[in-house]
Amino acid sequence: MLSRTADHLYWMARYMERAENVARILDVNHRMSMMPQSAVQQEQAWGATLRIMGLEGAFHQRYAEISPDAVLEFMVFDQENPSSVRNCLRAARENAHAVRGTLTSELWETTNGTWLRMRDFTPEMLADAGASEFFEWVKYRSHLSRGVTIGTMLQDEALRFIRLGTFLERADNTARILDVKYQLLLPAGEVEGGAADYYQWSALLRSVSAFEVYRKVYRDLITPSRVAELLLLRVDMPRSIARCLKEVYANLCAVANDQSAETERRAGELEAQLRFGRIEDIVRDGLHNYVLRLLGRVQDLGSRIADDFLVPVS
Amino acid sequence: MTIKHFHNEMTDDAGRVRPHYASYASWLSEMPEERLAQKRAEADALFHRHGITFAVYGENSGTERLIPFDIIPRIIPADEWHTLAAGLRQRVKALNLFICDIYHEQNILKAGRIPAEQVLNNAQYRKVMQGVDVARDLYAHIAGVDIVRAGQGEYYVLEDNLRVPSGVSYMLENRKMMMRLFPRLFSRYRVAPVDRYPDMLLKTLRSVAPTGVADPTVVVMTPGAYNSAYFEHAFLAQQMGVELVEGQDMFVQDEQVFMRTTRGPQRVDVIYRRIDDDFLDPLAFRPDSVLGVPGLLQAYRAGRVTLSNAIGSGVADDKSIYPYVPEMIRFYLDEEPILHNVPTFMCRKKEDLSHVLDHLAELVVKEVHGAGGYGMLVGPASTKAEIKAFREVLVAHPERYIAQPTLALSACPTFVESGIAPRHIDLRPFVLSGEEVQLVPGGLTRVALREGSLVVNSSQGGGTKDTWVLEA
Repeated sequence: MLSRTADHLYWMARYMERAENVARILDVNHRMSMMPQSAVQQEQAWGATLRIMGLEGAFHQRYAEISPDAVLEFMVFDQENPSSVRNCLRAARENAHAVRGTLTSELWETTNGTWLRMRDFTPEMLADAGASEFFEWVKYRSHLSRGVTIGTMLQDEALRFIRLGTFLERADNTARILDVKYQLLLPAGEVEGGAADYYQWSALLRSVSAFEVYRKVYRDLITPSRVAELLLLRVDMPRSIARCLKEVYANLCAVANDQSAETERRAGELEAQLRFGRIEDIVRDGLHNYVLRLLGRVQDLGSRIADDFLVPVS
Repeated sequence: MTIKHFHNEMTDDAGRVRPHYASYASWLSEMPEERLAQKRAEADALFHRHGITFAVYGENSGTERLIPFDIIPRIIPADEWHTLAAGLRQRVKALNLFICDIYHEQNILKAGRIPAEQVLNNAQYRKVMQGVDVARDLYAHIAGVDIVRAGQGEYYVLEDNLRVPSGVSYMLENRKMMMRLFPRLFSRYRVAPVDRYPDMLLKTLRSVAPTGVADPTVVVMTPGAYNSAYFEHAFLAQQMGVELVEGQDMFVQDEQVFMRTTRGPQRVDVIYRRIDDDFLDPLAFRPDSVLGVPGLLQAYRAGRVTLSNAIGSGVADDKSIYPYVPEMIRFYLDEEPILHNVPTFMCRKKEDLSHVLDHLAELVVKEVHGAGGYGMLVGPASTKAEIKAFREVLVAHPERYIAQPTLALSACPTFVESGIAPRHIDLRPFVLSGEEVQLVPGGLTRVALREGSLVVNSSQGGGTKDTWVLEA
């Protein structure tokens, strides 16, 4: 397959996944803002949302202060923000357009249709009809495009590069969600188990569709270290980093070429460390530092994949 | 301007429905207009969702438009098509023989049948092709020949498009749309299928691979996703199951063309290029082209890759060469032309020019190198001031223009704002030349949607129709 084609497929999937994750993060914040909480807490929570995406600076250049409406507008509609839902869906569609001949017509039409519908949404509509409905829609379209991908695409290289994009992006996003919320909910030295905690941690789990999963797996109270374990190390949890890396490694092996051995080794090494890692060790050494290193290694894999297979990032 | 007397495809001069439209007309008469409007809206929504659109330059990035689709088909009876197809095959055969001759012995020039300077001083004549052999001696593998009907319905060839003719994807998509909107109509008629065109195209392209290549790799080369015909490029690549490449995806090493793939370089043997000669190779043609592949011309001249259509094919579809096509048919095939040319005045000839100047208000004057309906004068539709301005340009550069009588193009009933009304149409069938010369029964019917307009180009407000060739 053409390197440029693989590149478009990979980014199409990454942007669609990113749109979904942005919607998930915003949705959980939106729901939490309906809980009784102080103005400071509220601002902290929305600020954290921006920090997750690394967009605090960009936000403050454009908006005076953090308010739910401003953050929503910035993260959903802003055309200057490359990670706004609108821009993600548009980028997914543009990438799909560039390789529409490689996609099944169902997948192309799904991606194109999502973008065409996105253009109809306005900030006013979100305010009127409820933002949650919109976030549900974004998640639903992402589910749909993933389902159509798996249900219609030939299991060849094209599908592999799409899957690589999906899981690499998801690994990155899950790591960011966990890191920021962990810091926010459990500042260093504090003991777990406060009154509002339950809602906060359950909201975090819900943002990655893991609330029911947690109940099923642990059948016990929600504790921060178990949440971290679930999102980092549980291979059977579809949005955990261990799961994402397992998929990245498998798809990478399937497309291996003459120059990709080192990339495979690094992916395999990371996958094994997650698979055999223990949450006690991670918490003892500091979760924040662990996640930072993890994010660095995920980004390293991304640029190595670009160099080995796609259009190198210049 | 309104042309009073024209051939109506559906009805004769007395208003009686022609036999091949009878069944359709009775179906249509039972169809309420609201239902037609609803079907048209459905078609528009589907075209948008499928992304069968073209990018508009100069507007907000991402602006995409539909080419208007009319839901009333243009129907061609079997016997008329039979003659048309024979005439098209004959014409394209002669055109390929002409191009080959021009880039080799130039017998037709030596015989004095066409003035040599007409050909050799033509901007489309590519000196770099002189003496270069191409597979099967074929140059124009894909030809889109524009055909119109005038007067009492006689067919004329208006233009031979031998460079990168487009529109075939609309021929295929329009049929798919009609079958989806009106499935039952297709049980009333035996409409010849067109859907094997992509297979035929692939077979044609493979048959003109460089000699000695057993299993040739074919690619479609596009200028990119923002080109107005991008949908068609992607569509054809997908339908043929070949890669859609841009210039940046390919490179030349040791006179061999490769594409960059996820598994390393892969050899390319046949390039169906949808990009003009000038942009193919920055080393040989326009140095500022970022769309091309450096070294491509050298690989091509060495016979290591096939370009489809060949570089320099445009020498045969130029408007100043057009008047000589019937002569080519006689010269190379020793046959009489089956299809007629439109009588053409060549303004570079003194006597022709003076006739044209005397009759500007009745003629259509076209730029020799123009395309897309730009830079032309339609006399009967122009004001005195426009004619006067054009006259000055024409006198200053007569060699740049040809003139033809204003043809009363045939019209086909079309569903427009005011209801069903006749609109002028043309027809572009696609002729493929490889191991054999063949075409699918059909083509792209373009329709001028504005009342009275004779300009069918999509850039000038034209739309398209499904074209039904009936089986005998």
